[in-house]
Parts: sequence; structure tokens; C-alpha cells
Amino acid sequence: MRDSRRRRALLNQIRALEFMAVELNLYLNSHPTDRRALRDYNAYTQQLMVLRNEYQSQYGPLTNFGTAQSGYPWAWINDPWPWEID
Amino acid sequence: MWIYEKKLQYPVRIKNPNPRMASYILSQFGGPDGELAASLRYLSQRYHMPISEAKAMLTDIGTEELAHLEIVGTMVYQLMGGASIEEIKEAGAGVYFSNHDRAVYPSTGTGVPFTAAYIMSKGDYIADLHEDLAAEQKARATYEHLIKLADDPDVIEPLRFLRAREIVHYQRFGEILEKLYEYKNSKKYF
Ligand SMILES: [Fe+2]
Repeated sequence: MRDSRRRRALLNQIRALEFMAVELNLYLNSHPTDRRALRDYNAYTQQLMVLRNEYQSQYGPLTNFGTAQSGYPWAWINDPWPWEID
Repeated sequence: MWIYEKKLQYPVRIKNPNPRMASYILSQFGGPDGELAASLRYLSQRYHMPISEAKAMLTDIGTEELAHLEIVGTMVYQLMGGASIEEIKEAGAGVYFSNHDRAVYPSTGTGVPFTAAYIMSKGDYIADLHEDLAAEQKARATYEHLIKLADDPDVIEPLRFLRAREIVHYQRFGEILEKLYEYKNSKKYF
């Protein structure tokens, strides 16, 4: 694939932020009044929205069912799928 | 409702096929302490949790386990993918091949199919959380066994990630169990 290296680099940035968000989400489930964790969670979520938009505008939707728009033709079906090496 | 995200939680790029390692790792897909069992266990138990923290934790960890199921399935797929028939026979994966070719099927590496008998939903939140804590430890131990069996860094890195997640889940479930005991004790005085 043409710019697979760039695509993967951007995806890795998203992964790193999302990992922090998952960690903080689970932590907040048992510590819902921890203000610092909550502030961090919201900050990572904000950064993720920006990066996801950047990724999706170049490489197509990361999520479907009305959570992200698609260009023409319908880009959700595009390879590679996550289990495939590109 | 669930939304699928078209990416792995942790990247998997295995360059060298290894059907023997694939059959070892398959247990974490459809075996007794695997990710499918983990996910179904938590997503089944959550309905009768009495406090909101527990409902959220079981929903979210049950969801994360599905992301782990996808990582494990990807590892099996890539390890089986380019393997020749000779390699599959030599690896002792011929019995599996006869039923499934190189497909990913929820079973152990020896072909024992997945069963809900691996999990319990007891209708008793204290009993369920104790099961969940044990399940996380058993999954952690299985990943440690798999890491000992592996020699390819492409395989070891994702296994390490998965092992680390089980430790975090154990920690979070421990906090929930404490809250459930508090809830149970507070009810006695009404
Ligand atoms: Fe887990």
C-alpha cells in the first residue's frame, strides 16, 4: 500500500492516546471523584478527536454505524482490515 | 450497542509463520482462560450487579477483552497464514488442519471447541467477582506460559501487552470487590 508507513505511524499515535484513555476510563470506574484522572481523561479524549479526524479524512472511517462520515465510494469496506499486514 | 473500531488495540505484524505457536496461542482465543471466555463472563455477569461502579467495570473490561480476542485471533491468523502443509504436519497441527485448514476457530489448539462451561454467572455478585479475580490470574499465567514457549519478538511483544492488561484488570476488579463488600455490609443495617 502506498503510504502504509505513514498510515501506521498515525494509527500508532491514536493507539497510544486511546490506551491512556482506556486506562483512565477503567480507573475512573472505581475512582469516579478523582479530579486529576478525570481532567487527564478529558484531555486525551480531546486529542483523540483531533487525531481521529486527521486519520479518517485521509484513510477512511475507523468506526461505522453513523459515528464517522465516508467519502465516495463507501470507504468502510477498504483494505487493510486490522488482522491483515499491509 | 457496540461500535467496532477498525484497528487493533496493540499492533500485530508477524513476519514468520509458525503453526506450532499458532496452536499454542489459539487457547487464548477459545480455550478455558481465553479472551472469549473472559468477555462473555463479564458481559453476562454485569446484568445483576447492584452498584454502578461494578456495572461500568464489567461492561468496559468485557469490551476490552473483545479487543484482546481480536489481537489473539490476528496472531493465530498470521502465524498460520503462510505456513506450508509440511510445516503444519511437522508442527503437530495436522489434526487441527483436517477440520479447519488455517482458519481461526474458537477452540484449544488441540481442537476442543469453546464452551460456556468455562464461565459462570452465579447471581451472587461476591461470588462472581471472586471468579473474575481468579480468571484474570489464570489468563496472566497462561500468557506467561506462552511467552516461555515463544522465541519470536513479533510474537512476544503482543503477548507481553496482553499479560500486562490482565494485571490491570485484576487490580480494577479488586477495587470493585471491595466496593461490593461495602455495599453488602451497608445493607445489613436497614
Ligand atoms: Fe482481562
